[in-house]
Amino acid sequence: MPSFSVHEMRYIVPELVIIAFGMAILVLDAFVPKDKKRWLAYLALVGIGIAAAQTCGLRMEHVTAFYGMFVLDGFARFFKLIFYIAAALAILISVNYVKVEEIERGEYYALILFAVSGMMIMASGADLISIYLGLELMALSVYILAGFMRGSMKSNEAALKYFLLGAFSSGILLYGISIIYGVTGTTNLRGIAAFIQAGQFSRPALVLSMILMAAGFGFKVAAVPFHMWVPDVYEGAPTSVTAFMSVGPKAAGFAAFLRVFTEALPSIQADWTMIIATLAIMSMLIGNVVAISQTNIKRMLAYSSIAHAGYAMVGFVSGGMQGISSVLMYLFIYTFMNVGAFGVVIMLRKGGMKGEEIKDFAGLARKNKTAALLMLIFMFSLAGIPPTAGFIGKFYIFMSAINAGFLWLAIIGVLMSAVSAYFYLRVIMVMYMSEPESEFDLASNPSMKLALAVASIAVLYIGMYPYGVISLAINSVAGL
Amino acid sequence: MNNMGYPILTFTTFMPLLGAIVILLLVRNNDNLARWLALAASAVTFVISLPLMSSFDKTTHNMQFVESKPWIPSWNVNYIVGVDGISMLLVLLTTLLTLICVVASWKAIQKHVKEYMIALLLLETGMLGVFVALDLFLFYIFWEAMLIPMYLLIGIWGGPNKLYAAVKFFLYTLAGSVLMLIGIISLYYQGGHTFEIVKLMGQPFPYEFQFWVFLAFFLAFAIKVPMFPFHTWLPDAHVEAPTAGSVILAGVLLKMGTYGFLRFNLPMFPDATAHFTVPILILSVTGIIYGALVAMIQKDLKKLIAYSSVSHMGFVTLGIFALNVQGLEGGILQMLNHGVTTGALFLCVGIIYERTHTRMIADFGGLTKRLPIYATLFMIFTLSSLGLPGMNGFVGEFLILLGAFTSQRIYAVIGTSGIILGAAYMLWMYQRVMFMELKPKNEHLIDIDWREAATLLPLAVLVFWIGIFPNPFLSVLHETVRHLLDQVNAHSQFTASAAGVLGNIGFGGR
Repeated sequence: MPSFSVHEMRYIVPELVIIAFGMAILVLDAFVPKDKKRWLAYLALVGIGIAAAQTCGLRMEHVTAFYGMFVLDGFARFFKLIFYIAAALAILISVNYVKVEEIERGEYYALILFAVSGMMIMASGADLISIYLGLELMALSVYILAGFMRGSMKSNEAALKYFLLGAFSSGILLYGISIIYGVTGTTNLRGIAAFIQAGQFSRPALVLSMILMAAGFGFKVAAVPFHMWVPDVYEGAPTSVTAFMSVGPKAAGFAAFLRVFTEALPSIQADWTMIIATLAIMSMLIGNVVAISQTNIKRMLAYSSIAHAGYAMVGFVSGGMQGISSVLMYLFIYTFMNVGAFGVVIMLRKGGMKGEEIKDFAGLARKNKTAALLMLIFMFSLAGIPPTAGFIGKFYIFMSAINAGFLWLAIIGVLMSAVSAYFYLRVIMVMYMSEPESEFDLASNPSMKLALAVASIAVLYIGMYPYGVISLAINSVAGL
Repeated sequence: MNNMGYPILTFTTFMPLLGAIVILLLVRNNDNLARWLALAASAVTFVISLPLMSSFDKTTHNMQFVESKPWIPSWNVNYIVGVDGISMLLVLLTTLLTLICVVASWKAIQKHVKEYMIALLLLETGMLGVFVALDLFLFYIFWEAMLIPMYLLIGIWGGPNKLYAAVKFFLYTLAGSVLMLIGIISLYYQGGHTFEIVKLMGQPFPYEFQFWVFLAFFLAFAIKVPMFPFHTWLPDAHVEAPTAGSVILAGVLLKMGTYGFLRFNLPMFPDATAHFTVPILILSVTGIIYGALVAMIQKDLKKLIAYSSVSHMGFVTLGIFALNVQGLEGGILQMLNHGVTTGALFLCVGIIYERTHTRMIADFGGLTKRLPIYATLFMIFTLSSLGLPGMNGFVGEFLILLGAFTSQRIYAVIGTSGIILGAAYMLWMYQRVMFMELKPKNEHLIDIDWREAATLLPLAVLVFWIGIFPNPFLSVLHETVRHLLDQVNAHSQFTASAAGVLGNIGFGGR
């Protein structure tokens, strides 16, 4: 039986660092003068950097700690890498934005760090209880972030909607967990798998529990039909928070989803494959088709994020090392391209200009060639056109789907990504081929420039030299 | 491995990209510098591509100037480039036409010159990459990446209805290509985990597999050609694109479709090819007749030439799917001819459009009186387009019909009527534009200058060269085509007994 010793604390050093920096920011916030709040952002970045260095330092293959509640393996490390990148990019694009929106308070960065720590616990959770705790820590932080613009009706609506539906979905998840505990007598993932292997269980109850958990996780990754909250919350929340939400919590949702289903429920893979395949098809169809009719870019990106969850689930369905590594790589790539796209949206927000309608982008290429070019790169990447990273991600997903015999899923996937090109192209069209309707005065500052530079270089570099990321993703799932 | 001693294909392919990067970094609000740099880049590209022809070994069907480097080892993707007779000629056509396009855009493009030249050069890299890639993954990257600059060329520098045309072009082509992607991945697994094109050729794939993957590839290429009934994007794209865009579109992009047939469909899926020959021939002759008839009633010069492309590309596919030496060589030569002639015709339309800002045939008439040199050159290309003996169009069409006549008589007979229709719409167009009464508003028009002549003269030389002495072009094709036919026949004969009826219909003439 696993036991606990103080030495095991070193496996959660990254989590501790993130939490410590979050609390430090909360305390320091009281002493930092109003015009110096951005130093708190830099402090958060330092915290993320230290945690990332720690995670990279913990290079042991596969460690289980805390009575089997916590696992540190390549899978968890890869996801933590995604979380660090998502949080760091989100903080970088926030620095100026929170000032413009007059929500520049220290808690903002602290909450992002707390959300990250929750996500990290989810990725490392080897027990349904620890996964659930991580999920709630993440969710509560993000609920608050979504409503961070206290004066804005939409932001409040977003937070309330997110909270109510989120609480509901957590309840469903918890219900599923309780049933599986009733069936197997344990919440440990390996324990559940071992119990099912032994063959003495009630199959209907197990399948019911699986369906309930799929619904709970489906909510977090924004899959159809659990997507109702996505457009409203994405639209209402501060844009920088939307950027973070669309990549961080989504990736964390996938981490837990993948971990629970592949580690605890491999015996009923045939059952959950069909369910997730259905979710994937519906997400790709509805996400892409509904995105076409959106006029607000945040809503469009919300539906696009639903569709991308669908693509990722195609990899999930394909299963095996190849399928899971394709999901990992897809989420990694998605982080860069989606935060990048939101970054450009944020640049348009300045003073009286809202910059959230697609038509607000009209003629952007005339006024700011760099911003338009960056948006072009991110849009083509989201559409999956080479030589961008988005293509590599999709290619790997469809490759594993075909290899696993899910040809029809791959066909639906590629057709839907052709459909998606239409609405991504529209943004490019408006930027490059329409006359400007209003004066642009873009909010640009060093941290935003850094974030966009990192995102665009990553998108192009992975698009042309994907070998490193592919190897990393494949090696990360080796121990699963 | 490479008989040049240096990576000539990599240099050729990426020289335009290098030029684009230099323009991006160096040019600040200096349109002329952008033009000269683009000219230099495309000229250098053309010059370094010339040794491909002079050093080409005509005695082998093997890929030449091959370079191979691992790229994504986890997927067994390699950077492999090389050319055979077919792709070598298309590479040269691309480098020549791009150079001409830079010159032709000198004055026509006044807005965002720097970005225009960058897009044009990126497009050239994309096109060259498509022709030299010998790895399916690499091929697909170039194939799709090329859409981006072409989309921008139409969408930013195009005519009044450019948005519609640009999006239509992009989505049509993309929709066709994504299924090819599925085909490519299926081939990878079926063909032993490799994307290497040469290794995938001549493998005995099961018939059912061939059937579906053939269709996936066929759709992508048929849209690009464009074959009837997938052609509806072409007139829109041509009409709205700037002159250089039309030239590239007609001259090179359409060739990618037929190139795809030759490179993938025929050698990789010979059984499916045998199965689909007749339907494709029917589509080809339908395209020939339909394109010609629709061209006849057009009021817009560009639209007329666009529809004539549908007709001419129908000849190309007719020749290719005749599946014999004459038909294939004629088809390939006609790809080249169409690039030269139609490219030149679009340049001619562009020249007159710059002067009058109209392309309506009704707005012209009697131009011979004011622009004699222009009218002479236009005449040459008009006659070349309708296939006058002594010019390039005749050689290509003659070989195609000869090939089709030996294997598929009925389609050759129907196709021949397309030549008559071609003569009709081209000559009628020429008559209405060049002869008859000179309109008063066209009194002040001046003849072409040296720059404009420089864009047309090289193409006029090619028209006569290929027309009178085609051997240099045909001789590089012999071995390649012979080998291609071997690959097509090896398997289709094997299954001919199984396919029974198909074998009789498809190969009755051989």
